[in-house]
Amino acid sequence: MQIARETLLQSYRAMRTIRAFEERLHVEFATGEIPGFVHLYCGEEASAVGVCAHLTDNDTIASTHRGHGHCIAKGVDVGGMMAEIYGRQTGVCRGKGGSMHIADLSKGMLGANGIVGGGPPLICGAALSHKTLKDNGVAIAFYGDGASNEGFTLESLNLASVWKLPAVFVVEDNGYGEATGASYACAGTQKDRAAGFGMPYMECDGTDFFSVYESAREAIDYARSGKGPVMLHVHLSRWYGHFEGDAMTYRVAGEVAEQKEHHDCLKHFRERVTSAGLLEATALDDIDAAVADEVESSVIAAKAAPWPEDSALMADVYVKY
Amino acid sequence: MTNTIVALTMPKFGLAMTEGKLASWLVEPGQSVKQGDELADIETSKITSGYESPTAGVLRKQVAPAGETLPVGALIGVLADPAVSDADIEAFVTRFQAEQSTGEEAEGANSADTEPHQVQAGEYSLNVRDVGTGDDLPLLLIHGFGGDISNWLLTQDALASGRRVIAFDLPGHGASTKAVTDGSLAGLAGAVADLLDALSISKAHVMGHSLGGGIALTLLRDHADKVASLSLVAPAGLEKAVNMAFITGFIEADRNRAMQQELEKLVHDKSLIGRKMVDSVMRARRLDGARDALRTIATACFPNGEQGDDLRPVLDAAKVPVQLFWGEADEVLPVAGAENVPSSVKKHILPGVGHLPQLEKASDVNKETEEFLKERVPA
Amino acid sequence: MSKKSFRQAINEALRQEMRRDPRVILMGEDVAGGRGGTSGVKDAWGGVLGVTKGLLTEFGEDRVLDTPISEASYIGAAAGAAATGLRPVAELMFVDFIGSCLDQVLNQAAKFRYMFGGKARTPMVIRAMYGAGFNAAAQHSQSLYPLFTHIPGLKVVIPSSPYEAKGLLIEAIRDDDPVIFLENKVMYDEEEDVPDESYTIPFGEANLTREGEDVTIVAIGRMVGMANEAADRLEKQGITCTVIDPRTTSPFDEDTILECVEETGRLVVVDESSPRCNMACDISALVAERAFGALKAPIVRVVPPHTPVPFSTPLEKLYMPSAEKIEAAVKNVMKQHAREVA
Repeated sequence: MQIARETLLQSYRAMRTIRAFEERLHVEFATGEIPGFVHLYCGEEASAVGVCAHLTDNDTIASTHRGHGHCIAKGVDVGGMMAEIYGRQTGVCRGKGGSMHIADLSKGMLGANGIVGGGPPLICGAALSHKTLKDNGVAIAFYGDGASNEGFTLESLNLASVWKLPAVFVVEDNGYGEATGASYACAGTQKDRAAGFGMPYMECDGTDFFSVYESAREAIDYARSGKGPVMLHVHLSRWYGHFEGDAMTYRVAGEVAEQKEHHDCLKHFRERVTSAGLLEATALDDIDAAVADEVESSVIAAKAAPWPEDSALMADVYVKY
Repeated sequence: MTNTIVALTMPKFGLAMTEGKLASWLVEPGQSVKQGDELADIETSKITSGYESPTAGVLRKQVAPAGETLPVGALIGVLADPAVSDADIEAFVTRFQAEQSTGEEAEGANSADTEPHQVQAGEYSLNVRDVGTGDDLPLLLIHGFGGDISNWLLTQDALASGRRVIAFDLPGHGASTKAVTDGSLAGLAGAVADLLDALSISKAHVMGHSLGGGIALTLLRDHADKVASLSLVAPAGLEKAVNMAFITGFIEADRNRAMQQELEKLVHDKSLIGRKMVDSVMRARRLDGARDALRTIATACFPNGEQGDDLRPVLDAAKVPVQLFWGEADEVLPVAGAENVPSSVKKHILPGVGHLPQLEKASDVNKETEEFLKERVPA
Repeated sequence: MSKKSFRQAINEALRQEMRRDPRVILMGEDVAGGRGGTSGVKDAWGGVLGVTKGLLTEFGEDRVLDTPISEASYIGAAAGAAATGLRPVAELMFVDFIGSCLDQVLNQAAKFRYMFGGKARTPMVIRAMYGAGFNAAAQHSQSLYPLFTHIPGLKVVIPSSPYEAKGLLIEAIRDDDPVIFLENKVMYDEEEDVPDESYTIPFGEANLTREGEDVTIVAIGRMVGMANEAADRLEKQGITCTVIDPRTTSPFDEDTILECVEETGRLVVVDESSPRCNMACDISALVAERAFGALKAPIVRVVPPHTPVPFSTPLEKLYMPSAEKIEAAVKNVMKQHAREVA
């Protein structure tokens, strides 16, 4: 597998940015300064980045309540995201969406979504747009093992197959829907579900960028070529609770520590590219430093940014009313 | 008037009017009236207008109460000499209504002839209403900016005894082609010439209102052989001034309320502008392309916020008979336009009238025009 | 201009907008019908009541999309397509089926623009049939416009005649916000003069179908015709009514209602939807808040009882508002005035 140096650098930077962004939110949330609640993507970085590495702004993704990683991987501005999470006027959604609703349609990012399973039906529509407008775009629905049990999702798998849409359904299977294990809540297998709707199924290791990258390339090429939708099942693990403050008493002690030790996508990426001589450690160190600065300044800027004006309350309910 | 009993019936103000509302009685039972006195206000979807007494007499009975909506031809009141007994009046009413209810089936058979139809005139398909026959030269009616054939609803049929009278929707207006390629007076006059050709009319009397007056003058300039006489009603082209706030507001009004305010500028007696009239104007305005057509014409005819065409030289040099009506209280084109016109022009300045003399003082305009067409025009 | 039925008016609006804008697409259950059938007949239905008949023939399968019976996925797809460049018109068939896909409307389409800080446009129309009087019983007869009116971000349109239907539907398709367009299934064969050309009727401007001095009647959708009938009968008895058709319940023309109540001092509201938290409640609250001083008599609401829509003909008739019930309500408000004055 040949991956361009530029792609490797960009992918590492995106994964590092997600990690740093989420780790910092974990710290800042504990101070009580962040309103509402946040769902962190740490541990799952390779999935968003490995998939989005094959996309341009012309392609569309829909995300989940755990959406920061998808946003960063799709190129949404980090400073604007941080300000949004702080509820500030300078946020990408002007402080009116918050963590669960970050969207940037100019980047093909159709939104994080507070409704479990909200994305797959929307992605059928985005894929229909790409198909009808003949713009060669594909549409990707990221959703979790929990959302895989929503009726919307199953209907969407059917509709995408019936309409032969250029769509990829990426099941990010971290083993838990909130506090309930997938082994309990998901009957049968994702593979059989894909087969049930007549669509190709692929799976990959979501803690390994290269595994995701390769499978996603195949899946996206298939969808983009007009052959119809694909399901990509990504096995991964989340390092924090369902939301911040979740003590994760439903997980065995040491489960996350083991993941961090042996299945950290960033560690794995660094070892692989340096040992193969694809990238130098110093180049990665430079990225780490630059990302740390970027996240630091995003927090400082967000805290200093103004709150939305009162007039924003009534603004943008409609285009025109 | 002796023993005759005269039925006062719901009038038909031209076009598609099938019913009208008796808005109010202006005369009490027992009151004497002269011919032409206004007996009642009748409201239609187009306009509210006075109902003039067809003859002298005493209003003996108000058959229809104020506020009632009645079909055209329905009995609304009875006029008779005081000598006629009340019993005879009642018998007349009963008989009239009985006859009317049996005769209703036969109604409307001849209305098909007067329905508007499409005529291809050059590049445009124009909505044309063609009524009347006779030996006189035909009379062509050209409405103004943003108007339509209904601007002539009190004019067309009234002048159609003894001659053909043609009203039509200008390009971009009413039910005619919406897309206007050339919105200038010359372009529109060209379309009018095309229409006359399409109707095989080599020469006609031409009556134009407002912008239509400007078109009529331009037609005389560019196609003199087609014009037998000019009747100009508050015509464009004689002054620079035009109420641009009205023009813009009238084009862009997108709510009935806003349109009502603009339409009220057209008349002196603001109560003439009823809600139904506003609604009917808005229905036309909502058609795709209607607003764009008006914008195209306004840009061509009113560059820099004033009238672009100076047609005084045309009027001064006119070799055909010309009459001119202007409302003294015109808020759209100031009555100053009627000053300094050649002495040969028969001029009627109407006090207490706004920009729509043919609707606000229909009977005066019709009477003068009938005379003008009969007497001042050589056979 | 020619006589067209409510059904034809809607078909013509769809056809003209699809000709005008290639981004306009149609989707829904059996909007064409026949795909996958053994006869090979396409456009077998053209909508369950034939409203979209013939559109497949003109615009093809890429723009007239039959869907599986799968409301959540295709209503959600309409929202997603609208946010990414198309202008979908999705037919929900019976509005009662909103139960299967409410999330897509309530939490997705309606919220995008606000949640995303004004950076999204969701130009979609959901067409659906509503209303009782068809013996369609409890799951196919509801008048759910109060539900949609309650949701910020949605526009809600309820046409009262063929002319209104065509102009309002074209406006809905050209509008950049999600619009719920509700068609009363009993009215599809009603006819009136409808222009052949395209035209639009703006949202949020009420239409006065009758003008009078004694009582203001606000009526919605099919109720407008009944209110007109009642007003015409009452006029012969010396009581004149203003009848207001709000056309859209969101946006809502409050000013016209307040002005008319100021003039007449009496209000009757006719609403076919279930009586709790319906438009009649909303309008009554509006008038109580902002025109209380003008009222000469208590407001009267002509609404169905708080029950599901019954099936059996006499029960359904009992359930529905009618011209007779409106007439009685108007006489009632007139009487109350007389008693108070005496």
